[in-house]
Amino acid sequence: MAENDMDTTAVSAGTPVLGPGWTAGGVTDKISHIVLGRGGPWTRGWKAHWRWRGALLISFSGVLVLLSASAWLFMRGVGLFGVNMPVAWGFALGNFVWWIGIGHAGTFISAILLLLRQRWRTSINRYAEAMTLFAAGIAGLFPIFHLGRPWFAYWLLPYPNRMELWPQWRSPLVWDIFAISTYLLVSLLFWYVGLIPDLASLRDKARSRGKQLAYGLLALGWRGDARHWQRYESAYLLLAGLATPLVVSVHTVVSLDFAIGNTPGYHSTIFPPYFVAGALFSGFAMVVTLAIPLRHYLNLRDFITMRHLDLAARVMLACSLFVAYGYASEIFTAYYSGDAYEIHMTQDRFTGVYAPVYWAYICCNVLVPQILWSRRMRRNVPALLIISLVVNAGMWMERFLIVVQSLHQDFLPSSWGVFLPSFWDWVFLLSSIALFVWLFLMFVRYLPLISMAEMRGLVQETSREDLR
Amino acid sequence: MKRPAVIFPTLPAADPVADPARRRVLKLMAASAALAGTGCSQPPAEKILPYVNMPEGLVPGDPVYYASTLLRGGLGMGILVETESGRPIKIEGNSAHPASLGAADAQAQAAILTLWDPGRSRTVMHAGRLSTFPALQEGLRRRMDEEARRGGEGLRLLSGPVSSPTLLAQIGEVLERWPGARWHVHDPSDSGARASAARQVFGRPARAVYRLERARVVLSVDADLFGPGADGVCNAQGFMQARKGSPRARLYALESTPGLPGALADARRTLSPAQMEAALHAIGLRLGVPGLAPLPPAAPHRAAWLDRLCGQLRAARGACVVAPGHSVSRRAHLLAWRINAHLGNIGHTVIPIAQEMPPRRDAGRPSDEGPATASHPATLGELVDEMRAGKVETLIMLDVNPAYDAPGELDFSQALSQVGCSVHMGLYRDETALLSSWHVPKAHELESWGDARSHDGTASVVQPVIAPIYGGRSLHELLGMLATGTSGSAHERVRATWRSIWEEVAGKPASAGAGRPIGQSGAQDDNAAGFESWWQATLRRGVLAGGPAAQALSPLPDAFEEEGGLAKDKEASGQAGLIAVFANDSNLIAGEYADNAWLQELPRPYSKIVWDNAALISPATARLHGLESGDVVSLAAEDSPSRLLAPVWIMPGQADGVVTLPLGYGRSIAGSASPGHGFDAYVLQPVEHGMPRRTRRVGMRAAGERHDFACAQPQKALHGRKPVRTVQVRRRPEDAPDVALDAAVSHAGARAARSGPGDQPSLYPDRRYDGYAWGMTVDLDACIGCNACAIACQAENNIPVVGPREVALGREMHWMRIDLYRPEDEGRAQFQPMACQHCENAPCEVVCPVGATMHDSEGLNVQVYNRCVGTRFCSNNCPYKVRHFNFFQYAATDPAAAAHANPDVTVRQRGVMEKCTYCVQRISHARIQAQKEDRRIRDGEVVTACQATCPTNAIVFGDLNDPDSLVSRSKASTRNYTVLEELNTRPRTSYLARVDDPAAQLEEDDG
Repeated sequence: MAENDMDTTAVSAGTPVLGPGWTAGGVTDKISHIVLGRGGPWTRGWKAHWRWRGALLISFSGVLVLLSASAWLFMRGVGLFGVNMPVAWGFALGNFVWWIGIGHAGTFISAILLLLRQRWRTSINRYAEAMTLFAAGIAGLFPIFHLGRPWFAYWLLPYPNRMELWPQWRSPLVWDIFAISTYLLVSLLFWYVGLIPDLASLRDKARSRGKQLAYGLLALGWRGDARHWQRYESAYLLLAGLATPLVVSVHTVVSLDFAIGNTPGYHSTIFPPYFVAGALFSGFAMVVTLAIPLRHYLNLRDFITMRHLDLAARVMLACSLFVAYGYASEIFTAYYSGDAYEIHMTQDRFTGVYAPVYWAYICCNVLVPQILWSRRMRRNVPALLIISLVVNAGMWMERFLIVVQSLHQDFLPSSWGVFLPSFWDWVFLLSSIALFVWLFLMFVRYLPLISMAEMRGLVQETSREDLR
Repeated sequence: MKRPAVIFPTLPAADPVADPARRRVLKLMAASAALAGTGCSQPPAEKILPYVNMPEGLVPGDPVYYASTLLRGGLGMGILVETESGRPIKIEGNSAHPASLGAADAQAQAAILTLWDPGRSRTVMHAGRLSTFPALQEGLRRRMDEEARRGGEGLRLLSGPVSSPTLLAQIGEVLERWPGARWHVHDPSDSGARASAARQVFGRPARAVYRLERARVVLSVDADLFGPGADGVCNAQGFMQARKGSPRARLYALESTPGLPGALADARRTLSPAQMEAALHAIGLRLGVPGLAPLPPAAPHRAAWLDRLCGQLRAARGACVVAPGHSVSRRAHLLAWRINAHLGNIGHTVIPIAQEMPPRRDAGRPSDEGPATASHPATLGELVDEMRAGKVETLIMLDVNPAYDAPGELDFSQALSQVGCSVHMGLYRDETALLSSWHVPKAHELESWGDARSHDGTASVVQPVIAPIYGGRSLHELLGMLATGTSGSAHERVRATWRSIWEEVAGKPASAGAGRPIGQSGAQDDNAAGFESWWQATLRRGVLAGGPAAQALSPLPDAFEEEGGLAKDKEASGQAGLIAVFANDSNLIAGEYADNAWLQELPRPYSKIVWDNAALISPATARLHGLESGDVVSLAAEDSPSRLLAPVWIMPGQADGVVTLPLGYGRSIAGSASPGHGFDAYVLQPVEHGMPRRTRRVGMRAAGERHDFACAQPQKALHGRKPVRTVQVRRRPEDAPDVALDAAVSHAGARAARSGPGDQPSLYPDRRYDGYAWGMTVDLDACIGCNACAIACQAENNIPVVGPREVALGREMHWMRIDLYRPEDEGRAQFQPMACQHCENAPCEVVCPVGATMHDSEGLNVQVYNRCVGTRFCSNNCPYKVRHFNFFQYAATDPAAAAHANPDVTVRQRGVMEKCTYCVQRISHARIQAQKEDRRIRDGEVVTACQATCPTNAIVFGDLNDPDSLVSRSKASTRNYTVLEELNTRPRTSYLARVDDPAAQLEEDDG
């Protein structure tokens, strides 16, 4: 029953990924108390509590805005957005790619780093996975918002019907449906399976009947049996194995939405790796953006250490370089190809209507992250927070530019036009962020944001290291 | 709200709803629930009956065509009206009519929308209150009795230009019955210069008919040669015939603002109207026209291009045309007559014919210059003078709107308030209607009987195709009411006129003459039967067959007495500051089509502005005044206090120092489409000899405001791309006309001509077409950019109107758009009709996730509306951007819109993509016919809507599997190419390159 009876003597030594003096029980208490509201930040004073409530209130009003805006959108039509001819895809598609990209880091951290036995992932994987789920879920909303007739969105699915009509398999949008739904499903499973031991801990620690019942149902009868652990471990590894290729596939397929098209600016073979790198980039930026307030407000500095931030910053730096390579390669290919349309599109990026956006994201995604070469800056928490926000904004602008700028001046000058976002474009972007924040706040409040089971393992490991 | 108990005190006071007791509420709820279960009542029992005897020739679903006539500036344009189950839905040209020759222009195509316009006037109004026709009849009768006592001294008729034999006869009757009455004519787009010059030359009202098919050189002097006038379609067709001939006819255009001739011309010069007059003078001198005063030596008319131009004209002696337009002065018109006469063009390429006048029963009266006689219309200016002087008691305004379109200097509205009784008849409750004591709703041409003469004098019948939808009456009925006290039947009246025409044509004795009761004798019965069959045949044709040709005139011997030198040397030298030119709008003309949403949303050929007009200025003028497109300027007349706020639009190809102010906008009221758009240029318009003047010297300064135009094509530069290709004429005598073209694009042409596998590799297998393989060619050398195809497509395919806001966002819906390109080297403007290209390797088809856009077995790229979910990926992937998306519910759903929708074409819901279908409904129609007769569809049997209406036959459509089809032969031309061929989309629509004739240019840098 009580897992913290397992090894009460093990005390963590001060390692870069876990603060010193933590026992298994201490770790479990620390994390579960956040959820159960005992001695944790919620009871320590009204401050943390009301901060959370305030944030919840604001973000929930954003959610209500999103709901009412969607209702209005479905009533009036997709013309509420600034989309037009030739720019038939606007913010909605840019937001979609951006959110999917953010959803990337979670699975990368959980699955790939697990397989690579990177111990430092332990304290950040749970919330990163939650972030992935929420971001991918929100991303999935946007293609529906963007449809002309959203009530027929299910026509993209291959379901048996009397007309014997199937989706048109050559369209990358159909591939997209599969890529995203698979990714969402596997991420959800992976996250949930990882949660089971922790849910059982919460069930055991909960005092109110309601919580016992809720966590108990979700814990699926977990008793901490050795057989449970053995099966759990292998299932978790298997899921990690399943999730690993998805990290690459989902954004590859998203990039094909563009690369398959013949528009200059879309039609590019660099897109799959370039999109995946960009996704990791924005995903890690979001991990850092979330980690810093979490460790600050919930007093988790011992669990999410400077080492974590430092490593995340290094991944961001690597991604930034890769993305920069992508940008350079696009420019090179355009000129090397000699294709007048590609060259025009590239020059339009430099000097056209959307040039400010282009140069802004070059700044955000290429120049600013170079600060992270400095170890001092990697360990400067406010600077890291700012850089991660800048990267998030930069990646959004990159998505926007790819979607919009490529379309606005394509082959025939007669059809050229300019996309300007409408009021509703901004409403949907901002309220989708509100939805994300709201979901995350709920997650922080009702589920353990760090894996207690894995942390206990980490305590064991680090204490043994200490003995050695 | 009062409760029933209070209104009816005998009723019990308890109102269960307002004053509920608990048990009562429960009872009511139970009762409601029970009633809800029993269901609704059945639909009312109304019996419907099928035809017992089906009307002959009426097959439900099969269209029936009627010949009729539309009026343009009083002149007739023959049309055929397609009706479905009695509802007119589409207009086509009438090939029997000389002004149509089977084609129709944008305004004619759009007339169907005006016919159904729910904003049209529906009721008689008297002093601002609803009234009735009997009340009107009574009021008019009393009024006319009063007038009769004074001999009609206070009676005035005001109409637009009239060519209708019936109407002229009726006006003649009125003038005869009330000898003191006078008839005034007001045409806002006519300065009177043309008519006045013609009157001087021929001694009587006359007009010129051009025979461009016989011409080898045409010089257009700011002329609307190719529309939107009544002879535009005919001229375009004639000129294109001449241009396809050998040697290729040449066109030169002098323009103050870009017009359709300029894009087609071999060389184009921009001049102000005064400079044009000077240029004509210089041309006259060079050609040796006798009696012309020498020009001052400093004038800029010594240019070498004038020499070359004169050389061309001289070489084409007797086969050239000098055509002056609306903006130039009376003197310029006279000069043009003199040059045409000197070159021997009159009677060959320029046919002067007599203007229609009311039949004159007082033959001895002098008719030329001087005070207007009874049958000779007076001007609007004279009318206003008389109104001011209080001489006008009764003013009958027949389908005119002078309160809006009279020159601002006249202040017609103020003068109208001094008229005792004013009767206005019009399609709309417009500005004049509101100020008149009576307003009478007019029936549309397609709702009433009438007749008209075409520009060349051919008479045709205006035949109604539907009973007046909104209860209007025709002009004939109003005039009948005026003359006889009862409205009578317009049908009978028109038949009476045509009976006399028939007697003339058939040479019958005039004994059974017009309007007289038919007697009992056998000869008269024969006559009646003969007329009846002739009348039926004429109605079917729509045109008077074998009628007497219009009387051709020849100049008076003393016509060309010189009247002194150039009046405006200062203006001619370009030093005069700014000249405002009041020009007809290319879509709304002078405002008569302002309520037509199709024409409002049709992009202007050059500016591509919709729903708006703009003060057009040249780039140099803009630089001089520091203006940008959209800056609002204040235009003030130099010699009067009137001023006008107008946004400017910088128009390349505009003459420096000339501000063109398109008329027809700035309406305050009228139907549903017009108010609130643009500015009213009439405010600034001056008067000359009682007629609107077309030019005025103005001052311009920025007003410091901005205006956002809705422009359908913001980008007009080519950016080094070549969607429009040009080849050069190779002039060797042994070359056949078509092969005489340089083979610069022959490689592409040969490739595009094949419907077989493409040269470039594709991932997908090639398709085979065993049945038909539809294809199209568009001859860019023949396209004049008139926009008729765009409106024809809109009418045929139920294309919705989206409004200026949506167009500004880039959401216009025209399946057929006319792209305009201006080459960077200041070359000729290029028009390119662009609709779905029906690619063999269609990029749209690959990316649709639900298969809503597919390739069919005949090579059409079809759009399945009810499968479309609206991802818009297809549009992104379409390099031609010819797909249009219903971002909102654009298609109107009101009953009027449903009534004139083409029942063969789906009305699209919001959220679906749409595009050109190659008029698949017409293909289906032909296929059904062919299958019934067990044969293949013949070449030319399927005519797309754009092709049918094209005045120059630039569009050819047909089966590519048939090597002898017109389209196959057209694709075999060396000029044939496809747009964006490098993308390997292999379009089914290909283009024939434009032809450049270097020998025809006037200067090295011309083009």
